[in-house]
Amino acid sequence: MNSKQKEVLTGPILNNNPIALQILGICSALAVTTKMETALVMSIAVTLVTACSNAAVASIRLQIPSSIRIIVQMTVIASLVILVDQFLKAFAFGISKQLSVFVGLIITNCIVMGRAEGFAMKNEPGISFLDGIGNGLGYSAVLMLVAFFRELLGSGSLFGFQILKLSRDGGWYDANGLMLLPPSAFFIIGITIWILRTLKTDQMEEA
Amino acid sequence: MSRDSIGFTFIVSATLCVVCSILVSGAAVGLRSKQELNKEIERKKNILSVAGLLKPGEGTGNVRKIYEDHVDGIIVDLNTGKVVTDDKELFPHPEEYDQKAAIDNPKMSMQIESSKDLAGIKRRENYSWVYLIHDENGKLTQYVLPVRGKGLWSTMWGFIALETDLTTVAGLTFYEQGETPGLGGEVDNPKWKAQWVGKEVYNKEFQPDIEVIKGSVNPESPNAIHEVDGLSGATITSRGVTHLLDFWLGDLGFKPYLEQVREKEEK
Repeated sequence: MNSKQKEVLTGPILNNNPIALQILGICSALAVTTKMETALVMSIAVTLVTACSNAAVASIRLQIPSSIRIIVQMTVIASLVILVDQFLKAFAFGISKQLSVFVGLIITNCIVMGRAEGFAMKNEPGISFLDGIGNGLGYSAVLMLVAFFRELLGSGSLFGFQILKLSRDGGWYDANGLMLLPPSAFFIIGITIWILRTLKTDQMEEA
Repeated sequence: MSRDSIGFTFIVSATLCVVCSILVSGAAVGLRSKQELNKEIERKKNILSVAGLLKPGEGTGNVRKIYEDHVDGIIVDLNTGKVVTDDKELFPHPEEYDQKAAIDNPKMSMQIESSKDLAGIKRRENYSWVYLIHDENGKLTQYVLPVRGKGLWSTMWGFIALETDLTTVAGLTFYEQGETPGLGGEVDNPKWKAQWVGKEVYNKEFQPDIEVIKGSVNPESPNAIHEVDGLSGATITSRGVTHLLDFWLGDLGFKPYLEQVREKEEK
């Protein structure tokens, strides 16, 4: 693997994170992060869709007429998302019920569209695929981090396993209800961005 | 032909549409049977779990077998209380009756007057499934009734299981709801659901009498058997549960049917 491939694959995780730096895809980061399990499935789904749509768009990039390029990208993305949704309904029914509309809403996830237009239109399919995986991983990292805190503090569990015994079940930990509501994800993402930009000062924006 | 010419644009978009639609429809058709099976197992699982025949966390492998051994679905005319499963004119294929779809079908449902619409559901289907639960020896042990009603944010869909005296609760469960997580969403909490078991939903005159109260039930109170602890921080969801049970156990719900079962037994 050469250095460009490596950069494309790992860059989006810390240095150029789609959520933390580009502030894309926030909507679903709020919605599906009350549990780590749903967050993980959502992460895999978004990573797959981004990678495949990048590869597909890149492979036909020389044929796409520029006047309809956004619509073409949208069609490719939408088809892939429906495929993912159908497969989840068939093979992971319980989780697909919890994710409900949010699988369908991957279509509107700005990361997918942003990478197709910003990267795949100008690059070879192979490297575009890696870029999709990289950005998917960056999205996943933030999603899992947010879900970790929300599930641990909100329900006292991780991946459904009880870690902190809740007071309503006779334990000591009083669950923080705010963590189960969407606004808490804003706080966690905000704090994450703060820490990230303190450590990597080049990510700071001019005031 | 240049890439940006009108003709080429049409060719590209047409080709793309065909390829994408083949992919999407192929997946939808190819995976349909598996998806239908999932839905069926999910429904059967909910019925078994309210009847206490399925322990939480038990595998889905034997759901169908347990269901076949213990559950018998019948269709009840909610207006007359009659069992219509064998009415070949109404239901040539009773096992295919889709109760959820009937709600929006004007021929199969009715508008509820707003003064009587306790559950806030606006329309009620004319025919409902009732599930009869048998033990190993084929003896009838429970009646499982589908119920639904509005909470704070969402319509809560569930089942209530009654013992053969038609009054004592054997179980209550909500399988679909979108109430506030941690507050109203606790209608799903096994601890809260457990305290329903043994409560009585009808009084001596066979009028619906069950209430989710604010705070905890005082065990000394003469009414304690008709009361359930409220969900803290979820007044409207708690009230919603009271109201939906009042509705579904009342005249527009299963009361006509339950009364007939009762009369038959007395004879």
